[in-house]
Amino acid sequence: MQSGIFHTQYAGDMSMRPTWPMRWRIVVVILFVLLFPWSADRYWLTLANQIGIAAIGAIGLNILVGFTGQISIGHGGFLAVGAYSAGLLATRAGLPMWLSVPLASLTTAVVGAFFGLPSARLKGLYLAIATLAAQEIIIWLLTHGDVIGIAESLSLPQPTLFGLDLTANGATDFSFYWIILVCLAGTVIFTSNLFRSRAGRAFVAIRDQDIAAQVIGVDLVRYKLLAFATSSFFAGLAGALTAHYRGIISWERFTVDVSILYLSMIIIGGLGSVSGSIYGAAFITLLPALLNNIGRAMGDTIPQINIYLPYVQQGAFGLAIVLFLILEPEGIVKLWRDVKDYFRLWPFSY
Amino acid sequence: MSSLDGKEPPPPQMNIERVSLSFGGVKALTDISFNIYPSTIQAIIGPNGAGKTSLLNCISGLYKPRQGRILFEGTHDLVRLAPHRIARLGVARSFQNIELFRHMSVLDNLMLGRHVHMKSGVFSGGLYWGFAQREEIQHREFVEHVIDLLEIQHIRKNTVGSLAYGLQKRVELGRALAMNPRLLLLDEPMAGMNSEEKEDMARFVLDISEEWRTTIVLIEHDMGVVMDISDRVAVLDFGKLIGEGTPEEIRVNPLVIEAYLGREHGEAMPA
Ligand SMILES: Nc1ncnc2c1ncn2[C@@H]1O[C@H](COP(=O)(O)OP(=O)(O)OP(=O)(O)O)[C@@H](O)[C@H]1O
Ligand SMILES: [Mg+2]
Repeated sequence: MQSGIFHTQYAGDMSMRPTWPMRWRIVVVILFVLLFPWSADRYWLTLANQIGIAAIGAIGLNILVGFTGQISIGHGGFLAVGAYSAGLLATRAGLPMWLSVPLASLTTAVVGAFFGLPSARLKGLYLAIATLAAQEIIIWLLTHGDVIGIAESLSLPQPTLFGLDLTANGATDFSFYWIILVCLAGTVIFTSNLFRSRAGRAFVAIRDQDIAAQVIGVDLVRYKLLAFATSSFFAGLAGALTAHYRGIISWERFTVDVSILYLSMIIIGGLGSVSGSIYGAAFITLLPALLNNIGRAMGDTIPQINIYLPYVQQGAFGLAIVLFLILEPEGIVKLWRDVKDYFRLWPFSY
Repeated sequence: MSSLDGKEPPPPQMNIERVSLSFGGVKALTDISFNIYPSTIQAIIGPNGAGKTSLLNCISGLYKPRQGRILFEGTHDLVRLAPHRIARLGVARSFQNIELFRHMSVLDNLMLGRHVHMKSGVFSGGLYWGFAQREEIQHREFVEHVIDLLEIQHIRKNTVGSLAYGLQKRVELGRALAMNPRLLLLDEPMAGMNSEEKEDMARFVLDISEEWRTTIVLIEHDMGVVMDISDRVAVLDFGKLIGEGTPEEIRVNPLVIEAYLGREHGEAMPA
C-alpha cells in the first residue's frame, strides 16, 4: 500500500515534482519528444509544430481564463498582434528572429494589458463582449492596413537563427520543431513556476473570491492587467512563431473563430491546468486532421461524400466537443487523473 | 481580563467618527462614533440587521460611508482608501459567510495571507529559482507558525472547499493571522459551531490577543463568550450605537437591556 510522502524541509515540500513515478513519466515524455522528429515525416512534423504553437497560445489563454477567471474572446486578435509585430520587426526593422520573436511577444503583452482595461469594471459576459470588441478592432485595423501602413498579407524573410539557414535542404519543419519545443518548454516551466509563487496565487485568488482577494491586499486592477499582459505575451509568442514558421501571414488566420478554437482547447483540456492546455491543443489540432483522413479514406469508396465532407467535418468537430463537455466537463486532465488513480491502486482498486 | 484596568488609557488605535451609511432608503449605520484601543478585544453586538457587518465592511473599505471618518493609527482615513491599501496598513479580517479561496489548499490560502509582505512579481515568480524561491521558504515558516497555533497541521495540503465548516472558519482565521495584522476584524467566528469548537475558537482569540498583542474586533452573538473575553463592548441596534463600554457597564446599561428584553428574555441573543 502507498504511504504518504514526507519531506523534511520546506524547499523539498514545495518542489514541483516530488515523486519518482512522476519523474519517470517526465523522462519518458522527454525521450519521446527528443526522438520523435528523427522518425517523423513532414506531415507529422507539421502537425507537431502546430500543436506546439497552439499549446503555447492555449497556456497563455488559460492563464487568463482558467487561472484568473477573466473570460476573453480576443485571443485570436492577440495572436495577430504577435504575428504582425514579428513580421514588421523582421521586414521593416530587419531584426533577426531571436530578437523579433521576444520583442513581438512584449509588444503583445502591452497591447493585451491595454485591451484588458475594461476588466477593471466588467466581469463575466460583459468582459467577454469587451474582449470580442478588442478582437474586432484588431482585425479591422489589419484589414484596413493602409491605416497603419501594412498590406493585407505580409511576407517574412527566410528564417535564420544565429546565422543558420533554417530552410536549408527543406528542413524548415525539422528546425522549427526544435525552436517551438524550446519555446513551449520555457512557457510550461515559467507558467508552472508562476502558479506556485506570489503573483500566480494572487491570480487564482481573484478567480476564486475577488472580495477576499482585495481584503488580503491584492490590487485587483493591477493583477487583472498583469494577467492580461502575461496571457497576451504567450499569445504574442505563438503568433510570432506562426509568422516565422509560415513565412507569410494574413489576418484571416486570426479571426474570432480562432479565439473560439483556443477557448475550446482550454475547456476540453482543463481550465486552470498547464498540462491540460497541451492536451487540449493536441486534441483540437488532431481532430480535424483525423476527420480529414477518415473522410479521404471513405471518399475512395463513396465518391459523392466529397461534396458534403466539409459540413460533416464541422458537424463532427462540434459534436466531439459537445460530447466531451457532457461526459468530462473538467477536461482531459481529469480523465488522465482518473486513469492514474485507477492504476495507482491497481490491482486493489477498492 | 481588561488590560485597561486602573491605567490611563493609551491613545486609541482607531477613531470611528460620525460614520453613516445607507443603502437606498435603508439606513444601515447612523452617526456611529467610538474608539478602539490597542491590544484590546473590542466586541460588537446587536440583533440581526443591526449593522455590525456593515461597520466592519466600512473599516475594511468594502463599503464607503456616506459621511464620517475612520482614522487608523491617527493618520490614515480608511474611508478614502481602497481595500487592498487598508490591508497593507495591517488590517485583516474574516467574513460572516466564509470567503476562502475554495479551490486552493489550506497552505496556499495562508500563503496568500502573506501577499502584502512578499515582493516577487510575475517575472521573478516565473523564473522562480533564486529570489522567489527564497521568499517562498521564508514566508512558509511564518505560515507554519500560524498552522501550529491553530492546530491545523493535519489539513495543510487539503483543498479548502472539502473541509468541514468549523475547520474552514479556522483556516479563514489563519489566513487573516498570516497577514500578521495590527488590527484583526472577526465577523462571527464562532457562528454555527458546537460548544467544543466554540471553546477552541475562543481560546485562539485569547491566545492571539495575549501572545501577539493584536487588537481584535469581534462580532459575536453568544453573550456568554462576549462578556467573557472582551475588554470593551459596542452595542448596535437599527444602525445606531446604543451603548459602548466595559462588559460590566454594558450589562447594566438600560438602553441595552431594553433593546434585548424587547425581543428576547435575559441575555440570550437571537442566533
Ligand atoms: N450590500 C447591501 N445592500 C443593501 N442593503 C444592505 C447591504 N448590506 C447590508 N444591508 C442592510 O443593512 C442593514 C444592516 O446589515 P448588516 O449585515 O450590517 O447587519 P448585521 O448586524 O451584520 O446582521 P447579522 O447579525 O444578521 O449579520 C440590514 O438592513 C441589511 O439589509
Ligand atoms: Mg452580519
